[in-house]
Amino acid sequence: MFRLLKKNIKVGRATVRYEPGISKAPEGFLGAPEIDPEKCTGCGLCVKACPTDALIIKDDKAQDKRTFFLSYGDCIFCGFCESACPYQAISFKGKFELAAKSKEDLTFFFPFNFNQCEKDPAFVGQDALPFKRNPDFSQNFSKSDFAEKLSLDEIGSKLKVKIKSLLGRSLHIREVDAGSCNGCEIEAVNLSNPIYDAERFGIHFVASPRHADLLLVTGPVTRQMELALVKTYAATADPKWVVACGSCAINGGIFQTSYAVVGGVDRSVPVDIYIPGCPPRPEAILYGIFLALGKIDSSNCGENQLEKSGVCKRI
Amino acid sequence: MERMVEILKKKFGDCIGKSSDAIPRQLHIQITKDVVVKISRFLVESLEMRFLFLFASDDRKESHCFHLRYVFSIHHLDQFIVLCAPVREEDVTFPSLTPFLPRANWQEREVQDLFGLVAQGHPDPRGLILHEDWPKDIYPFRKDFVQSGKIPRQKGEYIFEKVEGEGVFEIPVGPVHAGIIEPGHFRFSVAGESILKLEIRHFYTHKGTEKLGEGKNPNQLLCLAERISGDNSVSHAAAAAQALETLCGIQIPKRAQCLRVVLLELERIYNHMADIAGVVLDVAFGFGSAQLARSRERAMRLNERLTGSRLLRGMIVFGGVRNDLLDLDMKFLISEIREMKADFDEVIQILWNVSSFMDRVQSTGMIKKEIVETLGGTGPVARASGVDRDLRRDHPYAIYHELLFMVPVFTEGDVESRIKVKMQEVYESFKLIHEAIQGMPEGNTCVAEVATLKPMRSALGYVESPRGECFHWIATDQKGKIARWKIQSPSFSNWPLIEYAVLENIVPDFPVINKSMNLSYSGNDR
Ligand code: SF4
Ligand code: SF4
Repeated sequence: MFRLLKKNIKVGRATVRYEPGISKAPEGFLGAPEIDPEKCTGCGLCVKACPTDALIIKDDKAQDKRTFFLSYGDCIFCGFCESACPYQAISFKGKFELAAKSKEDLTFFFPFNFNQCEKDPAFVGQDALPFKRNPDFSQNFSKSDFAEKLSLDEIGSKLKVKIKSLLGRSLHIREVDAGSCNGCEIEAVNLSNPIYDAERFGIHFVASPRHADLLLVTGPVTRQMELALVKTYAATADPKWVVACGSCAINGGIFQTSYAVVGGVDRSVPVDIYIPGCPPRPEAILYGIFLALGKIDSSNCGENQLEKSGVCKRI
Repeated sequence: MERMVEILKKKFGDCIGKSSDAIPRQLHIQITKDVVVKISRFLVESLEMRFLFLFASDDRKESHCFHLRYVFSIHHLDQFIVLCAPVREEDVTFPSLTPFLPRANWQEREVQDLFGLVAQGHPDPRGLILHEDWPKDIYPFRKDFVQSGKIPRQKGEYIFEKVEGEGVFEIPVGPVHAGIIEPGHFRFSVAGESILKLEIRHFYTHKGTEKLGEGKNPNQLLCLAERISGDNSVSHAAAAAQALETLCGIQIPKRAQCLRVVLLELERIYNHMADIAGVVLDVAFGFGSAQLARSRERAMRLNERLTGSRLLRGMIVFGGVRNDLLDLDMKFLISEIREMKADFDEVIQILWNVSSFMDRVQSTGMIKKEIVETLGGTGPVARASGVDRDLRRDHPYAIYHELLFMVPVFTEGDVESRIKVKMQEVYESFKLIHEAIQGMPEGNTCVAEVATLKPMRSALGYVESPRGECFHWIATDQKGKIARWKIQSPSFSNWPLIEYAVLENIVPDFPVINKSMNLSYSGNDR
């Protein structure tokens, strides 16, 4: 017993402060790719290297246009694009507070002049690029098997606004793994360790969806988990929030094209907040939860330095 | 090994076809499918080989055949043997090995589900990977399977095995569980508190990963491999990278090999710490679990500092390691390891003196050695039951043959032994990292010219992951594209063991037993 106390005293407080928007990730953390438009020539080498649909190019020769899309929602933060870029235009600076209320907020596009790009010795034509999905969002997200049944639930959504202010101090979360690789689970579990200690913000993980205010869903929603997810959603009392955690949960991530995957939580149940990351670090999940609760202002979420400088636009 | 082929030829005559030892330590032998059981019996019983796994591939385009491959190992010779039996498309049956080798059970059912081949004489031919709502005639791993739109859902029922008797009732649990863990279904048959039978039903997280890997380029495949099971990212990526490198005959630089050892051992450390913390939490000893969770977080922050990723992702690439560690990082690593070890030591010392903790773990969740051997259990779970096996020592890869380390083995097979194995492995890992850094030469971390994949080749890559033996088998087609990727994860080998570990235990001890084995659902379901 004495040794136990001694150890406790020796270790002291392990919890680290977290202030949304201010706290920095520990040294070394990669974070999200950021493109410097001053250096980028639009050659397309990064798009070729990118294993997901996070980087997409659309060429329109007739209009002399080439458009780049960077979507944090699809990014698995692998860093291949950085090594592929011959102009050091892509860098990772440890940005992790990326959560947003819609997928559009996670996507940035950069317009280029096609003829200019073509002159670049590193130029890659669209035919040499791997097949990727169409960046037009409206087409891509058809609802899946069970989704129609749920639209009624949205009546509760108006209540949410009111409840938010009431809930202010305490939140019960039910975590649902809809087919993740367990990377996102690791970070969700870490939220309750002494370092991140989510309890200090009044956030509790509960065992039953019936006790939950918020579902934290991970994974690309496999076909075999879809029904369980929908049932869990239905069992959660209104009003409720759904947070899609990790790139798999946003669009299916790296598993998007598989036969066994439905893709994106929002194809099965309505989603309020998307948290990019593969996996998102615990603070990034906290940030997303705060955003869901309206504890932080969403105006700067997913903000890109480029946007500030007016070089690129959000869709 | 030539002798070995001769022996087989003498005994089985024409049923033995061509053999090839183009890849060092991996002997391929062609056989006919009707003698599979006989040859396996001979290899296992007379030549004392160990059956590892089997899998199918669809090569109908090239040869109008499917192929079944059976992988065996002889550990004292550091040799793998791959038997390859064609199954013609007109007759898709093959003789089942399961009655002789029960560990082939799930593997044969997997082949049935995904390829539509039929294991004749299989004692339990129920569906395994694809659940009951899949249409019957869809075999997603066949090459002619094209997914056009949604695959319809069908009515169907999975029939659980029943235990009958007075006072026996069933408790279904899952797929969504109470804690933050992955999905899977458990069905207990209990009388009073004690468990009479457990049947597990998994594959809820089946993502078709093997199929997704087909046609990918090597580094993209490794990205996928890292996401087979998040906490074993490095192990899966390293095994896949080894398979690819062996297939191309690439020798990666020594510095890269050392770095891979460092990464693999870092992964073992944070995994084992988490496992022990999990067990301690489940027996409700708050101090221990908080301290261990803290140590674990420290390990993950170290990962982050060294590689940019808390799960050590993005480091293993085809031909070596992506980023070198700077001198500064190396110094930091060494000092951090020293402190972590001292810290871990203190917590473990305290833990081992808490009787309420020891009571819960001693003689809980026993797995007998014979069961582990029969069902092909691997890793710390097997070593806790007296099975002395470790790929790092028996089939060394990277630079493990130059390193000195101990393989802890205990014989009781209970939760306590499993914790002890993991605990000692953490100490060994600290040592291994130290050794690997000491012996690390200067030089490149990646081969200068990364080759393209050679056509029509196949090779095995293997790693002793924190959970046990992890095998990847990769084959290329005529154009040098990846045509088949088989992942044999340690969880797939170990899950069936849990049905035995819980017998005669009480239901409230199940979480502790489950946690002590800590198997991955995603790694199992892929
Ligand atoms: S980090 Fe990886 S996934 Fe993300 S944009 Fe770059 S290459 Fe694509
Ligand atoms: S987002 Fe990444 S870490 Fe999370 S489940 Fe998907 S692959 Fe795993």
